[in-house]
Amino acid sequence: MLVSLYRYNPESDNAPYMQDVEVDIPEGKDLMVLDVLNLIKERDPSMAYRRSCREGVCGSDGMNMNGTNGLACITPMSQVVKNNKLVLRPLPGLPVIRDLVVDMSLFYKQYEKVMPYLVNDTPAPAIERLQTPEDREKLDGLYECILCACCSTACPSFWWNPDKFIGPSGLLQAYRFLADSRDTAQAERLANLDDPFSVFRCRGIMNCVSVCPKGLNPTKAIGHIRNLLLQRAT
Amino acid sequence: MVSSVTNLGRSGVFDWLIQRVTAYVLALYTLFLLGFMVFSDVNYETWAALFSQTWFRIFTLLALLSIGAHAWVGLWTVTTDYIKAMAPRFLVQALCGLTMFVYVIWGIQILWGL
Repeated sequence: MLVSLYRYNPESDNAPYMQDVEVDIPEGKDLMVLDVLNLIKERDPSMAYRRSCREGVCGSDGMNMNGTNGLACITPMSQVVKNNKLVLRPLPGLPVIRDLVVDMSLFYKQYEKVMPYLVNDTPAPAIERLQTPEDREKLDGLYECILCACCSTACPSFWWNPDKFIGPSGLLQAYRFLADSRDTAQAERLANLDDPFSVFRCRGIMNCVSVCPKGLNPTKAIGHIRNLLLQRAT
Repeated sequence: MVSSVTNLGRSGVFDWLIQRVTAYVLALYTLFLLGFMVFSDVNYETWAALFSQTWFRIFTLLALLSIGAHAWVGLWTVTTDYIKAMAPRFLVQALCGLTMFVYVIWGIQILWGL
């Protein structure tokens, strides 16, 4: 099978280029894209990419496979390979450090802005802050995000304004804490989001929903944030 | 919080709400005009009679103001997406603002035949 790889080594290359590699796939096996990359790396150790848990939990190997963002470790070849060809590129819109490795600083900066932690200034109870099962249920579909950046780097609004628009991943996290019954900083969180860029650059095209490897729905969370802002302002 | 002074309102939710409300006004106005053209005989007399009524002049002015606000929010978004250098971006925004201002004032002049 033909694999076309995005290669760039800033120490030796003037510009990025695509390298075609022929890979022998073992018969009768539906390998994951990460397995194919590992086969390539065995032959060419200079190939750089991130990976860790290899089971879709750590979020390290987010990349663009045949035009769609996803996690290489849980994306089977049968799902992405078209005409016996696989094109692998780094996540779009972020600076490339080397080959498939991108600089995620901007992505993390946006994540930091939403204060991704519980804020509660009331005296801590002896054991833990309790939550009813109903309140806990509100966090389902939000807390599962692994910050792989597949969604934010598939979002044109994030491409154009990565310094101002928080992006689908950060906003999903923002709502995860807005919806938490134990958090007491809702007013402050909302005040930080009420500008024309942070939330409202979302145009609802739902690229984030279609690429999320965990099956989450950032567009829905953004809709909830918009409703909270609207309730606060009217 | 990202600060911005060139958008219509200072807050994102204000811009968002204005965009939606003006869209409803424009849709209503368009549907009304389409209905008028389909269901009545359009000639100079009926057209002049329609525009001589105060309620329709107010409705038209509302639609004009709505176009101004709607276009400002939309074009402001487009300019901040695609024009990254400050000087040309501000120039385009100022031109858009001036155009909408002229259209609204000119529209008032036409409507009330000043």
